[in-house]
Amino acid sequence: MTVDMTNSDKQYLRGVDSGLRRAHLFDEIATAAFYIVSGSFVLLLIAFTLYVVWGGVQAISPEIFSFSETGIGNQFFNTVYLVFLSLVISVPIGIAAGIYMAEYAPEGRVTNSLRIAIETLSSLPSIVVGLFGYLVFIIMVNTQWNLFSGALAVSILSLPLITTTTYDAFKALPLGWKHGSLALGATHWETIWHVMLPASVGPIMTGIILAAGRGFGEAAALLYTAGMSTDINWSVWDITSPVCPLNPFRPGETLSLQVWASRTEATSASAGDVAAAASAVLMIMVLVFSIGARLLSRHLAKKSEGENA
Amino acid sequence: MDTSRQQNMFRREYLGKGIATVCGLFLIVLTIAIGCFLLGKGSLTFTQFDHSITEFLFSSQWKPSDTEAGGGQVGALIFIVGSILTCALALLISVPFSLCTAIFMTKISPQLGEKIIRPAVEIFVGIPSVVYGWVGLVVLVPLIKTVFHVQHGQSVLAAAIVLAVMIYPTITSVSADAIRSVNSKYIEGAYGLGSTRWQMIYKVLLPAASTGILTAIVLGLARAFGEALAVSMVIGKMRAFPDSLLAPTNNLTSAIASDMGGAMDGGEFNAALWSMALLLFIISLVFILIIHALSGRKGAAA
Repeated sequence: MTVDMTNSDKQYLRGVDSGLRRAHLFDEIATAAFYIVSGSFVLLLIAFTLYVVWGGVQAISPEIFSFSETGIGNQFFNTVYLVFLSLVISVPIGIAAGIYMAEYAPEGRVTNSLRIAIETLSSLPSIVVGLFGYLVFIIMVNTQWNLFSGALAVSILSLPLITTTTYDAFKALPLGWKHGSLALGATHWETIWHVMLPASVGPIMTGIILAAGRGFGEAAALLYTAGMSTDINWSVWDITSPVCPLNPFRPGETLSLQVWASRTEATSASAGDVAAAASAVLMIMVLVFSIGARLLSRHLAKKSEGENA
Repeated sequence: MDTSRQQNMFRREYLGKGIATVCGLFLIVLTIAIGCFLLGKGSLTFTQFDHSITEFLFSSQWKPSDTEAGGGQVGALIFIVGSILTCALALLISVPFSLCTAIFMTKISPQLGEKIIRPAVEIFVGIPSVVYGWVGLVVLVPLIKTVFHVQHGQSVLAAAIVLAVMIYPTITSVSADAIRSVNSKYIEGAYGLGSTRWQMIYKVLLPAASTGILTAIVLGLARAFGEALAVSMVIGKMRAFPDSLLAPTNNLTSAIASDMGGAMDGGEFNAALWSMALLLFIISLVFILIIHALSGRKGAAA
């Protein structure tokens, strides 16, 4: 009897043992799989980056970087200028809207509609924004494709981002700061302007950098707003002239559109090289911007830690 | 005295408040305006040119005439199927890998996750879509061509892979947040009952984070659906149903991107393209609603 029991016990234990062993084997296989997948993800990013940058390096020639029809200099300038214009438009409006949402908007219907509006805007496909821009800024004002319309279209895309970062930054401030300022006799707006806004500059800056980075890569929204051609003359500085580089009301192709154009309307033999160089420049700019945003937010985190301690 | 005080208050409070209010309300007005313009332009196909919504959604006869007289056919089924097919395939490829990475960076090795994976994901999110499209065109398309011996490498498969790589970081970072926010008591409980880490992950962690993971997938899907230029570079832009994953086809965004410039304003072709844009807008609203429903469920469960 006792022997029987030990036997079944043994069998039972053996069953448990093999179950455990199987569980541990599965666990180890799964762990290995997690390491492999995540490792290959990082490798993919590195390979991707190196490929694009290397492609650009190989395409380097004095011609490519020239400010002419066969180079990417003009497009680079257009991209920077367009992002600058769009930030000039979207940063003040976005910050003011974020302030309104965080400080003034009555809870309930207004805040809810604002939330829905921001969510809708940020999930709009950029081609749809491009079409809206084409209709409103080009067809309805009866004009030609121009940089300013492109900047307006990109602004629509970056507004929700800047608004939400401002809102989050304001909501993250210690309530005591606001109350202290109000208790000293400042009005609500003075409190916002002199206390809350300076205190949230860091996170808002990070948001703006991210928005700028997105603007650099934007293409679909610019297809029918900023246009696909560039005709500028670097010796003309009369801002009303259609070939003056600084005239915002001239067509201006950006780097990302140039990459796209090389696929659809490859007219010259060097189109591939141009696209490779433009991709590499875009890639490097994105890297610089995302590393910049990261360093800035880390620096600010350290600073605020120091203040608390 | 009273008026100067009022003037003072104007400068000290009302001016700033007024500007902030105007800007805040502007966002709401802008959203409504975009919706109205899309609705107005997109519905012309059905009002002015007398096409039925069923024709637009379920017919594959696409021959809109580029005139104000109309009389063409506006069945957009090929484009719709192209969009759905590429996005579904992209999700199929992307979701398992994203989940693996998300679990890795939160539960297997938070240190590596924080130091390497998270910055990598952030960089991936920022890469412009045309760069993805460009690399897809010069690397992926020739690769598919030689591996599968097809005439053109531009295909549903190429588009799906490009989209999968694009939405990978979105799904990864959002589902990593969801996994991180799972109550640690559940995890400790699972370990306390003797489960291995893998058993904890698939029996406790994933079910507990499922709502957040679904949200991540919907966000990724929304991004894939709205992507235009990267897809249009590798999909082949062939107006036909694909008979295999290696066949070229077309989708909603590519059709709009490539044809809008050539379509006369006020014509039937133009109106049909606007209807497609309206469809994209409605789909993105549906995705928002799904996300809201999901987060409502999460709130109810907690």
